[in-house]
Amino acid sequence: MSAAKSITVNDQLRRSEAATIADLVRELGLKPEKVAVEHNGVIAPRSTLEDVPLGDGDVLEIVHFVGGG
Amino acid sequence: MTEMPTITTDSAPDDSWEVAGQRFTSRLIVGTGKYKDFAQNAAAVEASGAQIVTVAVRRVNISDPSQPVLMDYIDPKKITYLPNTAGCFTADEAIRTLRLAREAGGWDLVKLEVLGEARTLYPDMRETLKATEVLANEGFKPMVYCVDDPIAAKQLEEAGAVAVMPLGAPIGSGLGIQNKVTIRLIVEGAGVPVLVDAGVGTASEAAEAMELGCDGVLMNTAIAEAQDPIRMARAMKHAVLAGRDAYLAGRMKTRKYADPSSPLAGLI
Repeated sequence: MSAAKSITVNDQLRRSEAATIADLVRELGLKPEKVAVEHNGVIAPRSTLEDVPLGDGDVLEIVHFVGGG
Repeated sequence: MTEMPTITTDSAPDDSWEVAGQRFTSRLIVGTGKYKDFAQNAAAVEASGAQIVTVAVRRVNISDPSQPVLMDYIDPKKITYLPNTAGCFTADEAIRTLRLAREAGGWDLVKLEVLGEARTLYPDMRETLKATEVLANEGFKPMVYCVDDPIAAKQLEEAGAVAVMPLGAPIGSGLGIQNKVTIRLIVEGAGVPVLVDAGVGTASEAAEAMELGCDGVLMNTAIAEAQDPIRMARAMKHAVLAGRDAYLAGRMKTRKYADPSSPLAGLI
């Protein structure tokens, strides 16, 4: 396992040892199949979440569907 | 009145509509905002008969991920989620939001709205048109919230909108359809479905939209802020069916004066 990385998730700084984006999503208590992720300003296709490595300094936006009109 | 009934079902049997290759029987689209809770929301959707619901795209709750989520109550496998761009004030924000929505949901049918100002929530048509072009080029099927302007509606269609959705009145106002003439002109000129989106406050106004020839109606606040949202959802379902039937039936001509319904001959 790699050392803890410093990342930004939805504007919040945090430390994580997750190896991939999917690992991070699970670490946050969320299901990868219910969210969408922007990784350093680029959409991370859902099919690649298990494969994209998380790097030190990465910036992520994690969103999902909520009620709206 | 003893006119012979020819329609025995609740509505014309094969009166479905199509948007971007997807066919729906319900012409009512409902929002999922402003409800007391998800359970009430789900019950209202059920009562409305809607097959499409609009949803917003927002950041996940990192501090409390165990909170219930919309998908736990309204199953996206049974009800089509139409992701919106509510709260976006530029084309770029809206495009970014829908790219994420496509990843979250896995579908291309989306609702585009680019707002011009917070006070009226009127659409910014310059940004809306720009976003429509970009989205259409990226393979999205944008249903587009717009002003009730027949020229703007046509321009959106040319830019790749799969449906145009003019406001009846400002979002959340419940003021009803303010300009029936422009809605009718949009319907007459459109080659894609037209849905009144925003402004409907009660059932008669939903029926009115359908009587003008619209393909459907989209609403949120009228149901969510009713005293009894589930009953209002049902009222809206019937209003849309009634308005559609009235449109298809072709209304009588109006007269300036009375015309008796009973024969004058044989009067005692």
